Amino acid sequence: MKAKVIVTPKETVLDPQGAAVREAMQHLGFKAAREVRIGRYLEIELEGDPAAAEPKLRELCRDLLSNPVIEDYRLEMPQK
Amino acid sequence: MKFAIVQFPGSNCDQDCLAALRGIEGIESEYVWHKETSLRGWDAIVLPGGFSYGDYLRCGAIARFSPIMRAVMEDARAGKLVIGVCNGFQILCEAGLLSGALVRNRSLHFVCDMVTTRVEVTETPFTHGMPVGTLLRLPVAHGEGCYYADEGTLRELNERQQVLLRYCDAQGETTAASNPNGSIENIAGICNRARNVFGLMPHPDRACEERLGSGDGARIFESMLQTLASDRAAA
Repeated sequence: MKAKVIVTPKETVLDPQGAAVREAMQHLGFKAAREVRIGRYLEIELEGDPAAAEPKLRELCRDLLSNPVIEDYRLEMPQK
Repeated sequence: MKFAIVQFPGSNCDQDCLAALRGIEGIESEYVWHKETSLRGWDAIVLPGGFSYGDYLRCGAIARFSPIMRAVMEDARAGKLVIGVCNGFQILCEAGLLSGALVRNRSLHFVCDMVTTRVEVTETPFTHGMPVGTLLRLPVAHGEGCYYADEGTLRELNERQQVLLRYCDAQGETTAASNPNGSIENIAGICNRARNVFGLMPHPDRACEERLGSGDGARIFESMLQTLASDRAAA
């Protein structure tokens, strides 16, 4: 049972890494890459009832796994 | 006056800080391991530079939850002087003691250089005796030192005069070329609203000896010392 957390830089925050990768993609002939944003992906193997774990996990997404000043996160709980 | 230098796993400027502080008459300094839970008896707290917890997740993100940080936060709220250098600045931002965040340098390069910074506000515990416009030559060494704050936060920082240092050229102009990392408005260091917590990316700890390139960093620690001494005299 895996929960997934996807952290991405906020729209207002410059992402120079993403810009460099976009440039490389364009250089390789992939002109369709208009913008690239690089984030972080976490897989969290859960023990016990995922529903019981969710509130605390959500709190950790905000306090530890992402920095709300510069990042947004999306939490995907395992499907039953 | 007693300055505590907090050591996190991965701190690597703790020794620079210790050498710098012990070189200043009137300052006593020791390391405090991050597993400690109290900073009672210390007059000031230093969070040194380095790569706490290997910079995993985000710079400072894990150190911010070290046991000692509860004491740092309590003491900061009570008005104790706290200075965070480089990784220490990142930790203070992660902990919410300072606003904004430090992100990847705009150039994507790690910068290791001597920079010039301009004092923006005088008569804070960290810039005592440095008139506005004073130039401090300080070294930087970081990959994630680009200061970011949203518009509202930035406005507030400016209105409340919390930006204490900006990157500038040798003439004191805050040009794009003198900005080593792409920081918004050339911001190099900010303090909190109460002015007792200061974070900066440049290293005053590596600029306390004229023979090693610059002695300007010592002025920041001396300012803290003078503030503590006059507070004690007034008490």
